[in-house]
Amino acid sequence: MTATLDRDDEAAPEPPAPTQKAVLRHRRGNRWMHWINFPLITIMIWSGLRIYWAEDVFAFGILDWELFKFFPDWFNEPLGLNRRLARGLAFHLSFGWLFTLNGALYLAYLAGTGGWRQLVPTRQQIRRVPGVVLHDLHLRKEAPPKDSHYNAAQQLSYTVIVLLGVLIVATGFALFKPTQLSFLVTIFGGYETARLIHFTTTILFVLFFVVHMLQVIRAGRRNFSSMVTGYEVVDIEPASPDVTAEATGPTAEQAGDDESGVGDPEPVKQSEGGRSDG
Amino acid sequence: MAEREELTMDEYRSVSRRRFLTTGVAAVAGFVGFRNLQSAELDNRIPGPLRDVHELNESIWSALFRDDHLAEEFPISEASILRVNGRHGIRDELDLDSWQLNVLGPDGEQLGTHTLDDIKALPWHEMTIEHKCIEGWAQVTNWQGARFSDFMALYEDQLTGDISDVYLETPDGDYYVSVDMATMRHPQTLLAYDNFGEPIRELNGAPLRLATPLKYGIKQIKRIGTIQFRRSQGGDYWGERGYDWYAGL
Repeated sequence: MTATLDRDDEAAPEPPAPTQKAVLRHRRGNRWMHWINFPLITIMIWSGLRIYWAEDVFAFGILDWELFKFFPDWFNEPLGLNRRLARGLAFHLSFGWLFTLNGALYLAYLAGTGGWRQLVPTRQQIRRVPGVVLHDLHLRKEAPPKDSHYNAAQQLSYTVIVLLGVLIVATGFALFKPTQLSFLVTIFGGYETARLIHFTTTILFVLFFVVHMLQVIRAGRRNFSSMVTGYEVVDIEPASPDVTAEATGPTAEQAGDDESGVGDPEPVKQSEGGRSDG
Repeated sequence: MAEREELTMDEYRSVSRRRFLTTGVAAVAGFVGFRNLQSAELDNRIPGPLRDVHELNESIWSALFRDDHLAEEFPISEASILRVNGRHGIRDELDLDSWQLNVLGPDGEQLGTHTLDDIKALPWHEMTIEHKCIEGWAQVTNWQGARFSDFMALYEDQLTGDISDVYLETPDGDYYVSVDMATMRHPQTLLAYDNFGEPIRELNGAPLRLATPLKYGIKQIKRIGTIQFRRSQGGDYWGERGYDWYAGL
């Protein structure tokens, strides 16, 4: 049945004007480093938990959570996290180099291609962040204007996560070689503090990951595909008076503001604010 | 090469297919590679390639090692007697009367024996440093004793050839470590017999232990019975059980 229908489509005598096109959203370097980073950070957190569990220093003493164990046994047993310190260290200190290298290449790439300009929010863009968050939570109808690939909340969170990456590597090296790299320990206010920052940053990475996943799911398949293929399919708007009227708005400079797919099957979710939130 | 900013849907479909395929192949290859790494032949209880990285790390950090770079010292008011974390090699009750320190040469030949007074006759040094355990805890503590470099000077004439490592063992032979020469010669590497002005407690390593802020606690052997100067790395209790031989800080 379907095959017949397809053939009928192809056989249509006059091909209609294209209604969709694919626009470059994520360049090759971004895609590769993003996807290489994902398994690396997973391995770092998994092996880090094996190290953490040799001495669960933060199970007590923080904010009076004395009875609260950060990770209970039902979490540790199936993941093989207990009594695996030697292996945990071996994985952590091996893959740490790859994580550091990938991160360093990414920073060089951002600097070299000027991609950081898309990422790092200006003061004005930071002011839009609450609006974007409210919009995403469906507490505000219209999305704030957007003059980057990313919306203001994305800009802020992606910039922060890169900085947290730098922080986790720096504290990691401070813990790895606290005597030889004593200047790092001094910067972070001591070995124990460096350890606390390293651990807290990990928790922030996990929280980022959760929100990131929710946003990717919400943003839909086109957005996800663009992280793999580089290109996002967008609908081509037919020229109409409405568009001209809209163009007098604050986003007028963005002629290509069709990226979020106006006319998507789910118009409620796909308003003009843009959903390349992945 | 630069990627085009826009593609028609026909172009997109072939690019998309190709890139999903490439990504899928890369993901499978990565996963298979990781499983292979996990099940790789073990070298002293960890996968061989990870042991290789430990050794790579060792060559990097030992190349960066400078013996005039000192670990931070702390006021003694911040220090406390070290937590007891392991009893390997000190399970038998200490018999101070029969204790002596044996010194061996590279070929296992006896070079000398010492009483504690011999060590106490060497120049006295003290340090209040942060002791770090490989399990993750740290504690500021105090050590008093002789520099290993001063002790080694007693044997300088008898030692021929390149001595690269020092092997230390408890009297019962149950616990043993091997430490590189650069660390052993460092001014903050002590043969410690006192802390806080008192003899070191039995479970903290009496009568003589190794103390250095340049290595994790696993290397700072308690109740030293034998010291061997070596031309190669020697056995190491935790190194043989999956840990990094170098264990340097």
